[in-house]
Amino acid sequence: MMTIENLRPELALIQKWIQTKARVLDMGCGDGELLSFLQRDRQVSGYGLEIDEDKISACVVKGVNVIEQNLDADLSNFADQSFDVVVMTQALQVMQHPHKVLEEMTRIGQEAIITFPNFGHWKTRWYLTLKGKMPVSETLPYSWYDTPNIHLCTFRDFEELCKQQNYKIINRAVTDTKHQRGNWFTRRLPNLLAEIAIYRISKY
Amino acid sequence: MPEKLPQDSVGLVSPCSMEFQQAVQLECKQELKAYTLVYECYGKLNATASNAVLICHALSSHHHAAGYHSLDDKKPGWWDTCIGPGKAIDTNHFFVVCSNNIGGCHGSTGPTSINPQTAKPWGSDFPIITVKDWVKIQSQLSDHLGIQKWAAIVGGSLGGMQVLQWSIDFPERIAHAVVIASAPKLSAQNIAFNEVARQAIISDPHFHKGHYYQKDTYPKQGLALARMVGHITYLSDEAMRLKFGRDLQSGNLNFGFNAEFEVESYLRHQGEVFAQSFDANSYLLMTKALDYFDPAHAFDGNLQAALQHVLCKFLVISFTTDWRFSSARSQEIVNALLAVKKEVSYADIDAPQGHDSFLLTNPRYITLFKNYMSRIAADITLRRDVR
Repeated sequence: MMTIENLRPELALIQKWIQTKARVLDMGCGDGELLSFLQRDRQVSGYGLEIDEDKISACVVKGVNVIEQNLDADLSNFADQSFDVVVMTQALQVMQHPHKVLEEMTRIGQEAIITFPNFGHWKTRWYLTLKGKMPVSETLPYSWYDTPNIHLCTFRDFEELCKQQNYKIINRAVTDTKHQRGNWFTRRLPNLLAEIAIYRISKY
Repeated sequence: MPEKLPQDSVGLVSPCSMEFQQAVQLECKQELKAYTLVYECYGKLNATASNAVLICHALSSHHHAAGYHSLDDKKPGWWDTCIGPGKAIDTNHFFVVCSNNIGGCHGSTGPTSINPQTAKPWGSDFPIITVKDWVKIQSQLSDHLGIQKWAAIVGGSLGGMQVLQWSIDFPERIAHAVVIASAPKLSAQNIAFNEVARQAIISDPHFHKGHYYQKDTYPKQGLALARMVGHITYLSDEAMRLKFGRDLQSGNLNFGFNAEFEVESYLRHQGEVFAQSFDANSYLLMTKALDYFDPAHAFDGNLQAALQHVLCKFLVISFTTDWRFSSARSQEIVNALLAVKKEVSYADIDAPQGHDSFLLTNPRYITLFKNYMSRIAADITLRRDVR
């Protein structure tokens, strides 16, 4: 059973931003971990979107509503502002058109929560500088030629895009794969020190 | 039939028959004064009747969905792959019911039954039956069996349409709807194929305007042709290419009109076998039920409005190579449900076999289906424990 203790650190962080009984759309919901927790703990309703059939089966057994749908394709079957929150964890970097997906997320939801691996992390920079090769790490475990991560970005890149697309950044948080919340330094210098970026945004 | 019954089979089963003496008003404004329903049950109904699953059959199927009628049977019921102990619809948990629809030819009242007014078989005088009528009649069977609410109603193709109709007509009596390889209504192309099938039957000289029983004959050729047309739509282009390609029966061209290509002889065989086991009038009725199905029609064509008051959770499944009821048709159902904020899960299973996929054992399909059903079973157990 999904409890807060065994949620992935980034999910444990973002669940705080989701109100009781909220309507939630989880884009790229994987095996339904977040929604399963939120349904039990927060009585939320909503759906996950996923394209991997094995993961869809994993959602269904948890009692999570899941729709097979490609996030890069048309999302017009979801009405404007029809959800309180639209979540997308660790999927922005695999999108064909991340900026269009963000536009859809903020259209469909009152708020959007996005997490992605921070390509500006010092280890990534160090790897590239020292080895002169595309970084491979725990958060980015793929070889450059065979990776789903086709649109990696940094905290700064993301905030620039938000400014450009006129989104309000409601919250920003940091985490890594092991710890729930970054320390004082990580929060001060996220672009350099945080492995995973977490944003809560909306349209103005 | 295997040497001994497989472990995961419901085993030897016998159909039940129930005479309903209350008249039923049909959508076509006619009335059936009394009718017989033939059905089969597998598994055990629990004390609170909360574990019942209704199976709605497709065009040419019947009540014999699982197990064997006798040890001499060559094949088990038509959905034996999914119904049985440990299978997707696990009879260790569920009490499963499948009835033969009215208008069919496997024991329930239909065109081959005696019309009490004429003391002759109904033939083509049998009233036109709709999906809504079937669902109404299935609800009578539910009452008879003491099932107030079905844990799930499940069906593929025309069966899926009945499931959808159930969710709309009896929202309080269905907890989960599993709609597989189906559509919210037929397209012009679908109707066109049905019309070709019907014309094949009607134009057969042995049809005798539907009263061929008294003449001791039947429109064998027409029915076989109808099935051949239908059968093409059940398979994908890819499946046909893989199964037959351009293979020749004798290995070389004979420059004639006999069945030379493998696919020709296959279709002829399918048509012939079908014509021996199915009734032409029933086939006409079933295809009409398909054509008329359109639950949104009563709501000015608005499917969202039709689904506004459904209460059950849905699992909708389509198959990527199904062109008879393509994935887009299932997505129409899903999107309408999303728009009215209903609980729904949907998967478009990557399967090469076309419409037929819903009767086959694609592992991803079966896993998804099984997982969904096991969740229902778990919830039933949970509720029982809480009580």
